[in-house]
Amino acid sequence: MLEIRNLHTSVQGKEILKGVNLKVNAGEVHAIMGPNGSGKSTLAQVLAGRETYVVTKGQVIYKGNDLLEMDPEERAREGVFLAFQYPVEIPGVTNTYFLKAALNAIRKHRGLEELDAVEFIALMKKKTEILHIDNSLLSRPVNEGFSGGEKKKNEIFQMAVLEPQLSILDETDSGLDIDALRIVADGVNKLKTKENATIVVTHYQRLLNYIVPDFVHILVDGRFVHSGGKELALELEEKGYDWVKDPDTVSA
Amino acid sequence: MISETLERYKSYFDAFEKSMNGESASAVHARRREAMKMFLELGFPSTKHEEWRFTNVTPISQTQFQPSTLSSIADVALSQIERFFLKEADGSRLVFIDGLFAPDLSSVDKKAQRITIDSLANALKGNVSAVETHLGTTAAFDENGFVALSTAFMYDGAFIHVPDNESVANPIQLLFIATGDSQPRVASPRNLVVVGKNAQVSIVEGYYHLRDQSYFTNSVSEIVVGSDSIVEFDRVINESDSAYHVSGIHIAQKASSVFTSNAISLSGLIIRNNVTAVLGGEHAECTLNGLSLGTGAELIDNHTAIDHASANCDSHELYKAILDGKSRGVFNGKIFVRKDAQKTDAKQTNKTLLLSDEAIMDTKPQLEIFADDVKCTHGATVGQLDDEQIFYLRARGISLDDARDLLTRAFALSVISKIRIEPLRKKLDTMLQEKLRHGRLENA
Ligand SMILES: Nc1ncnc2c1ncn2[C@@H]1O[C@H](COP(=O)(O)OP(=O)(O)OP(=O)(O)O)[C@@H](O)[C@H]1O
Ligand SMILES: [Mg+2]
Repeated sequence: MLEIRNLHTSVQGKEILKGVNLKVNAGEVHAIMGPNGSGKSTLAQVLAGRETYVVTKGQVIYKGNDLLEMDPEERAREGVFLAFQYPVEIPGVTNTYFLKAALNAIRKHRGLEELDAVEFIALMKKKTEILHIDNSLLSRPVNEGFSGGEKKKNEIFQMAVLEPQLSILDETDSGLDIDALRIVADGVNKLKTKENATIVVTHYQRLLNYIVPDFVHILVDGRFVHSGGKELALELEEKGYDWVKDPDTVSA
Repeated sequence: MISETLERYKSYFDAFEKSMNGESASAVHARRREAMKMFLELGFPSTKHEEWRFTNVTPISQTQFQPSTLSSIADVALSQIERFFLKEADGSRLVFIDGLFAPDLSSVDKKAQRITIDSLANALKGNVSAVETHLGTTAAFDENGFVALSTAFMYDGAFIHVPDNESVANPIQLLFIATGDSQPRVASPRNLVVVGKNAQVSIVEGYYHLRDQSYFTNSVSEIVVGSDSIVEFDRVINESDSAYHVSGIHIAQKASSVFTSNAISLSGLIIRNNVTAVLGGEHAECTLNGLSLGTGAELIDNHTAIDHASANCDSHELYKAILDGKSRGVFNGKIFVRKDAQKTDAKQTNKTLLLSDEAIMDTKPQLEIFADDVKCTHGATVGQLDDEQIFYLRARGISLDDARDLLTRAFALSVISKIRIEPLRKKLDTMLQEKLRHGRLENA
């Protein structure tokens, strides 16, 4: 589904990703871990099409096409979804209005009928139940005044409504209380199919108890220094990043 | 020695006076003559005048506009103007063509018996005492040449009188339609709204046009709000994009009255709105909101002055501007707090969204406070659409254009949502979207 080949990016002249390689197949869950500032969010944002990050080298192939050639909205319509580490507040635009515009843009692109108000409300109701989202959040402006946890839940709610093929969750677990974490993880698992794939960026092993990854990758200073199965996360939790940072002890 | 321009208006005034037979002896006409004299003294303001620094009105003074009162009313069919009506808001509707009352296009709600909703020209014939008392007195004409000129030619417009303890259920629509026919004309519509004690009324003033021609609207509204009364006065300015619109809204509020105005400036080559409100009794509340949407070479200038002449009064102002192309916006908000106006609470906010690099906003708050126990705040921001917000929307599948539209509409919504008349909110949102999309309005 996704293949990243030797990706280099820089922002304001500073190189951040220094040759990232990653292959994600349909049905898989990949976890990306790594110290603060190692470039995890940069990778996530580049995949979603954020223009502030300049790709200086490398390729990204998504479903057989050059992902980097596509506008952000085109990527979203083709099934790429980024749950933001810092969801953006949009005063004056209600969550419902925003999601309806997004969903209909995506449906139109896929040759599906746009949903009318009644159908849309029915869909929202179904999805709020899965994620135990408080209905009042829907009529409020997007993320405005939401608590940290509510913002994260709202990201997963959007994912549930838009039904992407490739979801990239950037630290969706941070800021969630233990119940919310379970609900969110539960939601992600429910939305999982053989056709879609998930990339989870996280600092904590505890999320991976709920969303069990097929692969764990460790990003240090713009490069994956280590990849392995889910047990890698446990090892990391025990030993800390110094263990992977030291090239003598790790064979990347 | 007076200029050719002033000479021209003087001769128009003489012709107007001649056409009057009989009425020229009235007290109202004496006020017109005084105003004409004042206009000849003041003339049109130049940019050297502090109040007109950013708004050059030379194109207005140099065009040979003829007062519309000097010709007969143009023939306009209902079908040509129906699209300007607020359909779901059925109430009284007065239609004016080039500033002159068109009875055949108007309709007055018969249920509102004790309330006077009529043309000013009719009211002047009937020697109504409220007219004699208030007409030309709430709007001072000794400072601003445009008010003086408008007062000299005041003749028609709306006269609304709501007696004590009466309330008008449906909003009253006042429609001013410019035909853009023949030679360029100046219309000087004059509205007089007199609201008694403990009464309530909502009025929507709409300026529309039939052709994209140059013309000049020089309107003045005088609004007297009695104690404990509630008045909403909304304005939609959709003039032709080669037309000029100068308006004066002059409000006198008594104790515990609540006045709200939402003025939406959508189209016009030069739009200048002057609002003055005098809070002449305790516990009065005055809210002035405005939204400007400039594109092309439009200039939209809002000047407000709120005079806290009594203690314990509140005023709120929210003026927003969206400027695209080479358009310019001006906001000047004066707040006076008199010595005895303790416990004044005044809040002024001015926010501008620039959609192009060439658009310019000039904003200036002007607070003059002579009392010591007051709360006055003001704030102004000028910014662009937020890249992070745009990216967030696009990352959800919304196109760049739609994302920009959505955010721009959201910016405007905080003003439009303050309007209590739902059909008007809807109409404005549609017009706003059309103008954002096409850069101009198809005389909607
Ligand atoms: N717009 C920007 N301008 C300048 N530097 C940036 C910008 N965006 C990211 N960086 C820098 O790039 C580096 C990688 O940042 P990134 O957000 O990708 O880290 P991260 O791995 O997600 O960290 P965290 O775990 O704290 O979320 C950091 O040093 C950061 O300061
Ligand atoms: Mg990050």
